[in-house]
Parts: sequence; C-alpha cells; structure tokens
Amino acid sequence: MLEIKNLHARIEDKEILKGINLEVKAGEVHAIMGPNGAGKSTLSSVIAGKEDYEISKGGISLSGEDLLELDPTERAHKGVFMSFQYPVEIPGVSVTNFIKTAINETRKANGLENMPAKEMLQKIREKSTLLEIDRKFLSRSLNEGFSGGEKKRNEIFQMAMLEPKLAILDETDSGLDIDALRIVSNGVNKLKSKDNAVIVITHYQRLLDYIKPDFVHVLFDGKIVKTGDASLALELEEKGYDWIKEEVNA
Amino acid sequence: MELKEKLLSSYVAFENGVNINSDIHEIRTKALKEFETLGFPTKKLEAWKYTSLNSILKEDYSLFPKKENAIEFKDVKKYFIHDIDSYKIIFIDGKYSSFLSETTHDGIDVCLLSSALTKPKHKAVIENYFNKTAKQDNMTALNTAFASEGAFINIPKNTEVEKPIQVINFATGNETATLLQPRNLIVVGENSHVQIIERHQSLTSNAVLTNAVTEVFAEKRANVDYYKIQNDYDTASLIDNTYVSQERDTVCSVHTFSLGGKIVRNNLNFYQNGQHVDSILKGITILEDKQHVDHHTLVHHIEPNCESHQDYKGIYSDKSTGVFNGKVVVEKEAQKTNAYQQNNNVLISDKATINAKPQLEIFADDVKCSHGCTIGQLDDQALFYMQQRGIPKKEAQALLMYAFANTVLESVRIPEVKARINKLIAKKLNVDLGFDL
Repeated sequence: MLEIKNLHARIEDKEILKGINLEVKAGEVHAIMGPNGAGKSTLSSVIAGKEDYEISKGGISLSGEDLLELDPTERAHKGVFMSFQYPVEIPGVSVTNFIKTAINETRKANGLENMPAKEMLQKIREKSTLLEIDRKFLSRSLNEGFSGGEKKRNEIFQMAMLEPKLAILDETDSGLDIDALRIVSNGVNKLKSKDNAVIVITHYQRLLDYIKPDFVHVLFDGKIVKTGDASLALELEEKGYDWIKEEVNA
Repeated sequence: MELKEKLLSSYVAFENGVNINSDIHEIRTKALKEFETLGFPTKKLEAWKYTSLNSILKEDYSLFPKKENAIEFKDVKKYFIHDIDSYKIIFIDGKYSSFLSETTHDGIDVCLLSSALTKPKHKAVIENYFNKTAKQDNMTALNTAFASEGAFINIPKNTEVEKPIQVINFATGNETATLLQPRNLIVVGENSHVQIIERHQSLTSNAVLTNAVTEVFAEKRANVDYYKIQNDYDTASLIDNTYVSQERDTVCSVHTFSLGGKIVRNNLNFYQNGQHVDSILKGITILEDKQHVDHHTLVHHIEPNCESHQDYKGIYSDKSTGVFNGKVVVEKEAQKTNAYQQNNNVLISDKATINAKPQLEIFADDVKCSHGCTIGQLDDQALFYMQQRGIPKKEAQALLMYAFANTVLESVRIPEVKARINKLIAKKLNVDLGFDL
C-alpha cells in the first residue's frame, strides 16, 4: 500500500531524512521508534505533505500513486491520515462542524454526494461512544481548552470518522494517562482491518502493549537502521537506544 | 473649482431649501464658518496621518440631487436585513423614500430629521440634543453646515423597541458623482432599549462620497445596540462620524463591519457622562484590492466606575490598507475605570498594510487599562492541520479567518444580522462552508 524508496528530505540546509526505505502492506501495523531527533516526526509530516520540507531524492507512493505530486488536502482525500502530536486549536469551529466539513470535502473529492445528515449523526454517535467522548464535547470549539488527553482522543475520533486507508499516529501516546491510552488504543484496534494500515510513531514501548505491531523499525539519524518484530520494541524498552547507536557506528 | 469652494459658493442655493430663520440655521452657519477655516483634513493633521482624501476630493460632486429617484424594492432587497420585521428609514440620493420606508409615531418616533426640525412637538428634543455632542472638526462641521435630512429616532422612557430600525442611504449613481451628507439624531430615553442597523449603499460604480454624522444620546439605564454594515462599491467612500453620549448605567455598543468601499473612515466617539457606563466598540474589517479603512475611535472616561471594551479584527489582502487609532482618555475623576482595547490584524499579502496606534491618556491613578495589538499571518501549522483532514487550502484559510473574527460576531445580538455578516464574510472570502459559525 505505502512504498517509500530512498527518501531524502531536508529543511533549509539541514538534511533530516537520509534514505528511508519502507513498505507497508494493507492489514499491517508498523511501529517506528527511535531517539529524539532521529527524524520520526519529519517522516510523518513528509508523508502527510507538509510543505516546509524539500524532498531532495527518492519517492513515496500510495497504492501505486505518487504522493509527492499531491498537496496535503489531496493526500487526505486519497486516505492518508495523520494524528498530530500537537493538534491545533481552532476557536469558533465546533468539533462536529469540523469533522462534517472534513468528511464532505473528502467525499466531494471522491465524486460522492454529501453524507446524509442522519447517517452523519449516527456515525458521530457510534464513534464518539467507541472513544468514550461526551456529546457535549462535540459542540465545543475544536481543541480549544482541551486537555492533552482530550486532544488525542479527538484525533482518534476524527480518524474513526474519516476511516483512512493509511493512519499515521505521531506520538499519540505522549501526554496520555493509562485510561486515555487504553481508550485510544482500543479505538485504533477496532478500526484496524485487512484493508487499511497503521504506522505508529513512538518514543516509548508502552503504546505497543496495546497496539500490537507486525513490524518494528528503528529510525536513527534519518535512516531505518534496524527492523524486527514486536520483540524489538521490548528490547529497546529494556536496553534504551545506546546499543543501536553503537551498532550503527561500529 | 475645488470642492471646498464649490460647497461654500453653493450655500445660498442650500439656504433656499431650508428655514433660515431658526436656531438650527444659526448652528449651521456657525459650522460653515468653521469648515471655511478648517477646510478638508490633510495628512498634515495627526488624526489624518494615514488617510488621504485627495483621491476622492477631486471628483466633481453633485451636491443636491436634482430629481426624485425611484427604485424598486426587489432591486435593493438584498441590502436590507429582510428576514426580520423592522422599522425602516430609507433615503435615495439623500431624499426620503416613503415607498421603501416604514416609519412610526406610535409611542416612539422613527421618522425624518427634516420633519423633526419643523414640527413644534419635536422642538424641545431638537433644542436639547441636536449638535450637542458632535465635535466640530473638519468633516463634522461640514455636515452640520448642510444638516437637513437624516434619521430621527426618539424613544421615550421605559420603552423596549420591539423591532430593530434599519437606516439605509442608497446612492443611485444617476449623477456621475454624488456627495451625500445624512445627519442622524437618536435619543433613547431612560430605561429604554433600541437596536439600529445602518448601511450606506451605492447602486452603480459612479463615485459617491458620504459624509455622515450620527448623534446618539442614551439617557439613564438605556441600552443601545448599533450595527454598521459597510460593504460598498470600490468607487464609494464614506466618512462616518458617530458620537455616542452615555448617561449613568447605560450600555451602548457599536459594531462596525467594514467589508468594502474605496476609502472608509470611521470616527467613532463615546462620552461617558455618568457612573457605571459600559461602552462596547467592535469591528471586523476584511479588505482587498486597494481598499482603505481607517478606524478612529475615542472613549472618553469622564466619571468613575465605568468600562469600555474595544475589539477590532482586521484581515487585509492585496494592496489594501488599514488603520486602527484607538484613543482612550481617562479623566482624573474617572477612578476605577476598566478600559480594554484589543486590535488584531492578519496580513494575507506582502503588499497589504496596517497602521495600528493605541493612544492612552490616563489621568486617574486607580484604573485598569489594557491594550493589545497584534499583526500576523495565518498560522501555517493550523492550515496544514486542516488540509491534512481533507479541507482545501482556500477553505482552510477562510475557516481560520472566520475563527479569527469570531470574537467580534459573538456579541451581535440580532441573529439575522449575525447570519448576514457570516454570509458577507463567506462571500468576501469566496467560500461556501456549509455551516454558520
């Protein structure tokens, strides 16, 4: 589904991604781990299409289609979703209105009519229940005055509503208490299917106790230096990242 | 002939149409002398530093409309807030249109200044209030010199006016260039409440210059909500001079929506003459092309225990220019004043300009005065966030601008006005959001 080949990305003069290769197939969950500054957030931003980065080499394709040719909106319409580490506050726009607009814009781009109001309402009810979100919360301004946990839950709620093909969870576990972590992970697990894929970007292993990865990749200094199964995450948790650095430098 | 000379030399013609043996006419001729001395404002005046009238003064304006101009309601319906029941005082090229208006003398007076000036029953009100709060600077003096027509609203005490009053001045553009000088007088009695919506609207792209003066008097415990909708052609200019005089325990608000026009200057002045007064000044300005809007506000805190709230938001694209000059004066006696002023601006283009100038003159020592001014661009991260959720960039920008302006719309108390402003903003930003904020 997602194919990243020899991806190099820079911001101004600083090269951050130095040749990433990654293939994610439908139905898979991939975890990308690594120390601070390894390029984890850059990778998710580049997949989602943030314009600050210059792609100097390599490519990204989704189901065979070149993503680099598309702007962030078009990528979203193709089914790319990224849960933000720091979701942005938008005063005056309610959660409900925002998600309705997002869904209908996506449908429009894919040649569909607006979602009927009744269906929309039903879906909102179903997904907010899944993520244990209070109905009152939905009429509040998007992310304004939300706690860290509420913001993250709201991100996953939006993901549940949009049903993306590829979901990238960028440090979704940061700032979550154990209850919120359970709710968020449960939401992600319920949405997993054989037709979609999830990339979990995280510094710590604890989220992976709840969302079981099929593959774990270690990102270090702009490259994927190690790939393994779920046990690699446990090893990293136990031993830290220093041994990876040593291995790379050896 | 320059406009000033033209105005002065035409005064005899003006006098033929009004009663010159009246107290009012003494006020007029005195104002004419002042205007003769002062002339039109130039950029040399501190108060007009950022706004030059040169480009609009060179037109050869027709000063007095030559004929009665009729327009059909269906052609101008869109300029009304037509989905609510309201009183209407409508002028076409400065002349009253009885056909489009809906006035009343039933308990309240919603009618014309020209008739109020001549009818004995209004004599006392005119004597007590006319020109009593307007400061005779250049443009107000000019308006006063020619003051003869406009809205006259007189609300007795203990009256809740149950429907809003719309005052609309249409310019047909039947002349190549038209100068209009409406003069409004609004007196709101003790413990009464009124809502007013004002609009100046041209119907063609022929040049129009409107120099309007409005005096509002709020007696004890009165409550006045005033909405100014400015969304005119790029060939129409407006100099709006509004003076609000508040007695104790009054709450008065003026919302100014500046969405179009060639040059718009809003001179908005509040005077607090009693204790426990609240003055609310809010504005949304969204400009494009070479439009220019200058908000010049004054809140004069004279008595103790009063408040003022100013919140102006501006969005400027292309080569548009904006000015916000907010002056707050707190007199020595005005202890425990709480004066708040906020002016936030977003520049969408590199060539747009905003000149923001807060001016605080505080002579009392136990006051809370805050002012804040920001000039920025739309938040890139917020745009990316919305795009990531499938919202196209243009809509995302519009949504952010809506969000930005939202604090001003929150205090609009007539839902239909709020809806209309929302629509105008959406149209201005060229988007359809599919929902109201």
